[in-house]
Amino acid sequence: MQNTRLVEISVGIFVAAGIAAFFMLGLKVSNFNAFSDVDGYEVRAQFENIGGLKVLSSVSVGGVKIGRVTSIAFDQEDYEAVVTMAIDPQYNRLPMDTSASIFTSGLLGEQYVGFEPGGEEAFLQEGDTIFLTQSAIVLEQVIGQFMFSKASEGAGE
Amino acid sequence: MAIFQQLGSRTLAFFQRLGRANIFLWAVLCGMPGLIFRLRLLIQQVFSVGVLSLVIIVVAGLFVGMVLGLQGYYTLVDFGAEDSLGVMVALSLVRELGPVVAGLLFAGRAGSALTAEIGLMKATEQLSGMEMMAVDPIKRIIAPRFLAGVLSMPLLAAIFSALGVMGGYLAGVGLLGVDEGAFWSQMRSSVDFNDDIMSGIIKSIVFGAVVTWIAVFEGYDAVPTSEGVSRATTRTVVHASLAVLGLDFLLTALMFGEV
Amino acid sequence: MANTKNNLVEARGLTFQFGSRTIFDGIDLDLQRGKVTAIMGPSGTGKTTLLRLIGGQIRPTAGTLHVDGQNVPGLSRRDLFELRKRMGMLFQSGALLTDLSVFDNVAFPLREHSGLPETMVRDLVLMKLEAVGLRGAQRLMPSELSGGMARRVALARAIALDPMMIMYDEPFTGQDPISMGVLVKLIRNLNEVLGLTSIIVSHDVAETAAIADYIYVLSQGKVVGHGTPHELHQSESEWVRQFMNGAPDGPVPFHYPAADYAAELLSREGS
Repeated sequence: MQNTRLVEISVGIFVAAGIAAFFMLGLKVSNFNAFSDVDGYEVRAQFENIGGLKVLSSVSVGGVKIGRVTSIAFDQEDYEAVVTMAIDPQYNRLPMDTSASIFTSGLLGEQYVGFEPGGEEAFLQEGDTIFLTQSAIVLEQVIGQFMFSKASEGAGE
Repeated sequence: MAIFQQLGSRTLAFFQRLGRANIFLWAVLCGMPGLIFRLRLLIQQVFSVGVLSLVIIVVAGLFVGMVLGLQGYYTLVDFGAEDSLGVMVALSLVRELGPVVAGLLFAGRAGSALTAEIGLMKATEQLSGMEMMAVDPIKRIIAPRFLAGVLSMPLLAAIFSALGVMGGYLAGVGLLGVDEGAFWSQMRSSVDFNDDIMSGIIKSIVFGAVVTWIAVFEGYDAVPTSEGVSRATTRTVVHASLAVLGLDFLLTALMFGEV
Repeated sequence: MANTKNNLVEARGLTFQFGSRTIFDGIDLDLQRGKVTAIMGPSGTGKTTLLRLIGGQIRPTAGTLHVDGQNVPGLSRRDLFELRKRMGMLFQSGALLTDLSVFDNVAFPLREHSGLPETMVRDLVLMKLEAVGLRGAQRLMPSELSGGMARRVALARAIALDPMMIMYDEPFTGQDPISMGVLVKLIRNLNEVLGLTSIIVSHDVAETAAIADYIYVLSQGKVVGHGTPHELHQSESEWVRQFMNGAPDGPVPFHYPAADYAAELLSREGS
């Protein structure tokens, strides 16, 4: 019968849409999957302190986004954070002596990795490590230091 | 004196109904296994419970998401935190609004339809007639509707949340110019699959079961007159909506409280 | 009492109370096999309740009720369902399943119980529909049927499993004369052709008396008279005669019990 056929087809579409929505929530909205859609060549950098940097935070040069953080780990030999980033393959002419810093966008915004290109002829490639790094500025520390210096100034008088 | 007497008999009547509802639920659950051989019945009901609720869920989902996007943006932009719009939209949807609003709409659309349908079948002696044909109406009529409700609700809630996120994206990124990357990346780094999405799905399954239970019970227990059926339909919507909101509080306290 | 073998339905001291109301107060019934027996009485005497008791949908407060030798109130659910497969019931409203076509309605009990292949189900359904003269209406939905047609479809459904008995609940109520004539003929014919036992619950005296072999008249929970239609018309009981002849006044007063008419007219209270 035509009617039952229609019913069955629409139920099929409904169930498929529901499952698709579920997957979209799983893959696109949440951090469920390790295999995200970030592709490109991987570069690593070590930082003393990464502050609030997270997986999927952006990587930019001169304000232009060129990639994303794919993983963050802690190196127990150097006691430093190891940040792995995937860089868009079209930006393949970043010099070897590029430096990486962790900045905050705005006063309370998200933290991201900013690259500052150097002058070397060789370019960064898959698996390379950036050695020139600058840690995140942790606001509490800055305020703490500022207060401390003010306090000592006051005590000196 | 009369007040106390009335209070007493009301209380007794309440517990009697609760007991009947539970016995009824047990009978429905006993009728579940037989459905494996009657998939066609189930599909028919998924159609009338799920597919027919789809339009309202889709439209509501999109609009709720867009409103969240706009409101969220105007609040967050004061703190310079509009990049977190995605997080806000997604978390409010998958944790709360998805299951709850979908549950309320489900109670209004599918729940009332179920009660009215079953109540009318009772009023026109169809249920009685079935019994006299040696067919158990709980197995034949109620069980497939109940299962269809339990299955459809999480799907509807997932569709609602997903479309809500899309709506938030349209409003935030499309209209207000929030950075697309920040929208998704912040969302993805803050929304946890197990804690947020799964708990939302669990909520929606519970809501689906409770709303459908109330709906089919009210229909089955309705006074078999047109007035009785219309009252039962109203009761379904009121009770099911309250149940969704109350259970939401309980489940939230259980799932997001101190673990 | 009478020969038990010959009685399909036998009630002894059947009592049913609903809340504080006593619907039946110890009634005895003997319904013979192969006959059309009518249960008559004014509205609200629980005639339909009697059919539900026979069908085992409700349990009597006291007394026994045997159908084909089995005591219905004492049956397990499984046995009761087995027994019901051999009973047909025609509800007042027809009770057709509104989401199924005429064909599917008649096929419903066959598909549920017989386990027959679909081609045989089809043949049987067409036979039953032909018997009630509605084979041409097989594709219609119940909402497209007139009241009389709906009842005939329900009748076809009731005989789908070839039951041993059929219970008719007010089959003539609200029918136009033609449908009524058709139903009267059908009930009589089915009873003879299929060798059924029929129980008719009705208060339409003329039609019922025309087809019933035996009539029980109930009032206020008691059997007030029984016999063949002819016997009842000649009944000594004034009440039974009033009922059978449809007289407006008699033992059943025209006036609802009230205070004295003149006194109430003269009093000013409550106005």
